[in-house]
Amino acid sequence: MADLRCNVAGIESPNPFWLASAPPTNTGDQVMRAFDAGWGGAVWKTLGEPIVNVWSRYGAVDIEGTKMMGLNNIELITDRPLEVNLREIREVKKRYPDHALVVSLMVESDRQAWHDIVKKAQDAGADGLELNFGCPHGMSERGMGSAVGQVPQYTCQITEWVKEVATVPVLVKLTPNISDIRYAARAAKEGGADGVSLINTINSIIGLDIDTLTPTPAVNGKSSHGGYCGPAVKPIALNMVSQIGADPQTAGLPISGIGGISTWRDAVEFIALGSDTVQVCTAVMHYGFRIVEDLKEGLSNYLDQKGMTLQELKGHSLHKIHNWKELDLNYAVNARINQDKCIGCGLCYTACEDGAHQAIQAEPRVDGRTYVEVRPQDCVGCNLCSLVCPVDGCIDMVEIPNDFEPCSWEDYTERGGQLAPRPEHQ
Amino acid sequence: MSDPGVKLWCNFSDYKPGLGSNAAVAEANRCLNCYDAPCTRACPTGIDVPGFIKKIATGNMRGSARTILEANILGASCARVCPTEELCEGACVLHDLHERPIDIGRLQRYATDPVVYEDDDSPPLFEAAPENGRRVALIGAGPASLGCAAELAQLGYETVCFEKADKPGGLNTFGIADYKMTFHTALKEIEWIRQLGVEIRCGQQVGRDISVEQLRQEFDAIFIGVGLGGVDPIGIDGEDLEGVRDSLEFIAELKTHPKEEVALSGKKVAVIGGGNTAIDAVTQSARLGAERVYLVYRRGPQQMGAYKHEQELARKDGGVFVYHSQPVEILGRGNKVAGLKCIRTEHRKGKLQTVEDSEFVLHVDYVLRATGQSKLTDLFEEFPGLAIEDWGTVIADIDGRTSLKDVWAGGDCVSGGQEVVNAVAEGKRAARSIHKTLQGER
Repeated sequence: MADLRCNVAGIESPNPFWLASAPPTNTGDQVMRAFDAGWGGAVWKTLGEPIVNVWSRYGAVDIEGTKMMGLNNIELITDRPLEVNLREIREVKKRYPDHALVVSLMVESDRQAWHDIVKKAQDAGADGLELNFGCPHGMSERGMGSAVGQVPQYTCQITEWVKEVATVPVLVKLTPNISDIRYAARAAKEGGADGVSLINTINSIIGLDIDTLTPTPAVNGKSSHGGYCGPAVKPIALNMVSQIGADPQTAGLPISGIGGISTWRDAVEFIALGSDTVQVCTAVMHYGFRIVEDLKEGLSNYLDQKGMTLQELKGHSLHKIHNWKELDLNYAVNARINQDKCIGCGLCYTACEDGAHQAIQAEPRVDGRTYVEVRPQDCVGCNLCSLVCPVDGCIDMVEIPNDFEPCSWEDYTERGGQLAPRPEHQ
Repeated sequence: MSDPGVKLWCNFSDYKPGLGSNAAVAEANRCLNCYDAPCTRACPTGIDVPGFIKKIATGNMRGSARTILEANILGASCARVCPTEELCEGACVLHDLHERPIDIGRLQRYATDPVVYEDDDSPPLFEAAPENGRRVALIGAGPASLGCAAELAQLGYETVCFEKADKPGGLNTFGIADYKMTFHTALKEIEWIRQLGVEIRCGQQVGRDISVEQLRQEFDAIFIGVGLGGVDPIGIDGEDLEGVRDSLEFIAELKTHPKEEVALSGKKVAVIGGGNTAIDAVTQSARLGAERVYLVYRRGPQQMGAYKHEQELARKDGGVFVYHSQPVEILGRGNKVAGLKCIRTEHRKGKLQTVEDSEFVLHVDYVLRATGQSKLTDLFEEFPGLAIEDWGTVIADIDGRTSLKDVWAGGDCVSGGQEVVNAVAEGKRAARSIHKTLQGER
């Protein structure tokens, strides 16, 4: 069993799996049950001035029968009294001294207001603070959440205010609703943040009920843009997480990765791109706290199998992410169909013929199936056929060696590099 | 073999019940959406199977039904009665992934039932074209004629089906195992087809109530879709005893009567034959409460014509398969059947021969013949010059053209006995051919 203990920005945790600040961390009861189930940490549902919530709050994207591939919400921060939350935080921390209990905060952009709430959270026993500069709905209309996160100088300023009184590590939660996440991360670092957590939800309209033509979630016939999360947002989050580690100005800044993490495989990806811990919400809203067993076991088995420690995995893949202009244009691959495994569905043919480069030949087979074969001279190695193929290992992308030296676009345009010949478009 | 205390009609409930909407969408989403899909190629009517399935997934139910019914007007029947295991589902590529094939039959039923069986206010999916002044007579109102007439009606022809029975549909109405499709379900679908402008005159036997000469005078073309006749006696002693029946008559009777009236509780039955009708007779006898049902077949399991999945069904219903046995005499007590005397057979010198001194008796109360249907040669003789095979089926090309230039034919009277879906496909092809020919005459 691999050692899953970890530390993000000085916050220690028995494992890297935290509950994100969201409905699953709304109450002490939930957080304690989550810790009992095996979660390493929890970020308490955002504390702030009292608010009132609407009743219809969530909407989902289902894809081909799979429920909740994407989820959005128009719920605001906690609607429970501050004193109740603080009392429960104190109680949880007393009972679970070894778990990471981080408290998410969001108040108006006023130095005193931030000082007050920071002190209260610390007094209650928070191991760390997470500044919610991310929510794209509701609170942003009041100058909070993503309204702060979208302006680097506000992010920097408020982080500075918090750090004036903070005695525990401070994470700044970044909004993805911005054109370049690096500016926000730099601002957080400049303001003294001990780390960042990202991504918060993406601004969205989840969809319409086409019977009534009303957007969802519908509140008495109307709706509002909300925060989008769940498995569908993971690629966006992975990119943003990798950008923080790749940016020389923020490289090494501790990261708590968030965004569509449902399985230990997702966690491996976030960690390999620089996350110290990962936060989960939608998967728990879908399946409950119990999923942590597989998350921990899966990650542990993976690390054991790879012979790696969690620390060695962290950021392991960052050096493999480059600008496009640095990629080798002379590296050639071709699709090869393993006829023994082919079930003759012809999906690769349809995809290549209509959606890619017309490099697959199809003929009716005597048994009524479709015989497919790649025309190597036409294949540009785009991968599409292997992506649509329903049979594991049926279509391999094989390297086609050539005698040319590696040559990137940069080499080609600036250093006289030689390009290997490529298929001609008819 | 029916559990005591169970109402007999319970034994005849749908053996492939309809799907609920959640299950249908989940199943539809399993479909890979193959290119040049094997299921479509395996369908005699060429239904775009992935096309209609993906429409179920998106909730385009009307479009899904249109895709099916445009290819096969009896799509709702075929969803129930097709041997999908042998056709579309048998061709599904998922078999090769060691997965269950897509439940195409039940998805087809899910898509077509609302259109065919549920009256709503939406405009009809199909309508007769404005009349083109041409008339086509169809002999018989089974699947072949209905497939042909429905297509012709949509091309503007006036179509009249002459049906000798008192209800239309042929074997699709009277001969389908009741747990696959009931009598009333079949008739309701035909009512829907009638709305296309297909006229059906029941109780009208050509050659008796109306002559071929009259048809030729009144109509521009004739389609023969009469199917086959009853099961002939096999020519052994005792066939006149009470309790010896044509299995098709037996099936028609149980389909049109309350099950309690035709119950076989405590009785023993022997079914003679090895085809799908024999299987239907076995399963339904068992479901009517028979204590024991034998299937007597003169060859071995490998030669049996019935589909494997049908044989399996009969075994599950408790049917006892008696292979390599040939009936030689039906024994009676008074005027009633008391037993079936058989003799063992074996293959010797490439021929099926009886084994000396191997007679044995099955003590049964009923003997059901399912040894192949007769050909309706009397009707064919009404058409001077109509070319007939030696074995009595009508000779027709792929488009249903016969040796007579104004006569087309399709369905079992040509094929000698195939599925409903084949008959519909043949009828439809004949309609296209009739249209092409009559258009050319103008």
